[in-house]
Amino acid sequence: MEKHCTDSRVKGVSTGTTILAAVFDGGVVIGSDSRASVGEEYVSSKTINKVIQVHDRIFCCIAGSLADAQAITKAAKFHLSFHSVQMESPPQVIAAASVLKDLCYKNREELQAGFITAGWDKKNGPQVYVVALGGMLINQLVTIAGSGSTYIYGYIDAKYKPNMTKEECLQFATNALALAMGRDNVSGGVAHLVVVTEKGVEHVVVPGDKLPKFHDE
Amino acid sequence: MKTGTTIAGVVFKDGVVLGADTRATSGEVVADKMCAKIHYISPNIYCCGAGTAADTEKTTDLLSSNLTIYSLNSGRNPRVVMATNILQDMLYRYHGQIGANLILGGVDCTGNHLYTVGPYGSVNKVPYLSMGSGDLAALGILEDGFKPDLELEPAKELVRAAIQAGIMNDLGSGNNIDICVITKQGVDYIRPYRESQYKDKRKTKYKYPPGATPILTEKVVPLKLEIVQETVQKMETA
Repeated sequence: MEKHCTDSRVKGVSTGTTILAAVFDGGVVIGSDSRASVGEEYVSSKTINKVIQVHDRIFCCIAGSLADAQAITKAAKFHLSFHSVQMESPPQVIAAASVLKDLCYKNREELQAGFITAGWDKKNGPQVYVVALGGMLINQLVTIAGSGSTYIYGYIDAKYKPNMTKEECLQFATNALALAMGRDNVSGGVAHLVVVTEKGVEHVVVPGDKLPKFHDE
Repeated sequence: MKTGTTIAGVVFKDGVVLGADTRATSGEVVADKMCAKIHYISPNIYCCGAGTAADTEKTTDLLSSNLTIYSLNSGRNPRVVMATNILQDMLYRYHGQIGANLILGGVDCTGNHLYTVGPYGSVNKVPYLSMGSGDLAALGILEDGFKPDLELEPAKELVRAAIQAGIMNDLGSGNNIDICVITKQGVDYIRPYRESQYKDKRKTKYKYPPGATPILTEKVVPLKLEIVQETVQKMETA
């Protein structure tokens, strides 16, 4: 493994990645690619899962060091589960995001992981929160993160509309992931998409060869 | 972190096949030609280790002890995912200082599983995998030959070929190939599965019988010891 690590800032396996989440009319769409890399040149996994369920209607996308992200989401799952037992009701999306933010902020010197938390709760409906590297927490309607996100800021700004339908939002998310994976070498594999609504959770996996193709592909 | 090793694992129809080479290197010297890299974790779970030999050995030993205690306390057979979680917690706590790249494979009540745990504590669930310095050579064979739901013999042959590729193309891997097949019925730990065809046959026996070396002179020096202090402790057996 040592020979694969050049001078990457993340030690060990990194999820150089593209992750996104967007609110539509009645729910959220959360998506990610599936590539994990070591250094800048070795793909250690083509099928890593970056959309992690932390509660029944709350999901988390991970970016940064895979080890740190997995450890943090494990701790977050435990805290949320405990919180929901104490409150005797499902946690709010902001609770999940705050748990992650606390872990990231208190240990910001040692950790290298960022998250997008998205889900549905009874009080505020569908929400998307981003927890950045140092522990900043922001609520947004649509958000992108990871190394591949730099290539799709323009697309997101131009194409996102509030109150889209579920199908429109799924297409928007798939296109965004496809564009990012097309340009970022550390994003790739399949596109994992999860749709969370009041009724439930739906997983959509788009294999690499079924992703939409754009000009010059 | 030394990774002179090729280890591989494949999930097949009835279980999991793990394979490893048997060379342990210390710098440029082969320290052990018949080293065991497939470690016992529990009756239904085995673990291949690449990386620093001491780290993989101790980590898997610790895991095995903890899982045995857990089994006794809870009355349940351990699951592969539990072993993976324990390993992940342990390795993450040490932030990569423990140089252990592990492939955990086993069969439990939820099915046949293969997991990889990295030294920083990252976990990935996979149908096939190779690790160690010979991983890229072995991975080529696995990528080409793997199909879901293989039968036992093709699965063993695939793992053997993968380790063979690692041995042929990597200086840090070599000697024999060990295979461990885990199914619901039990474990078949075949050591060695294939012997190296480059094994040298010794020309004569190098064991000398007692008396083979002639004694030229003999000098006996009795050691005089003085009793300095004597204490008596009665043992209570009532």
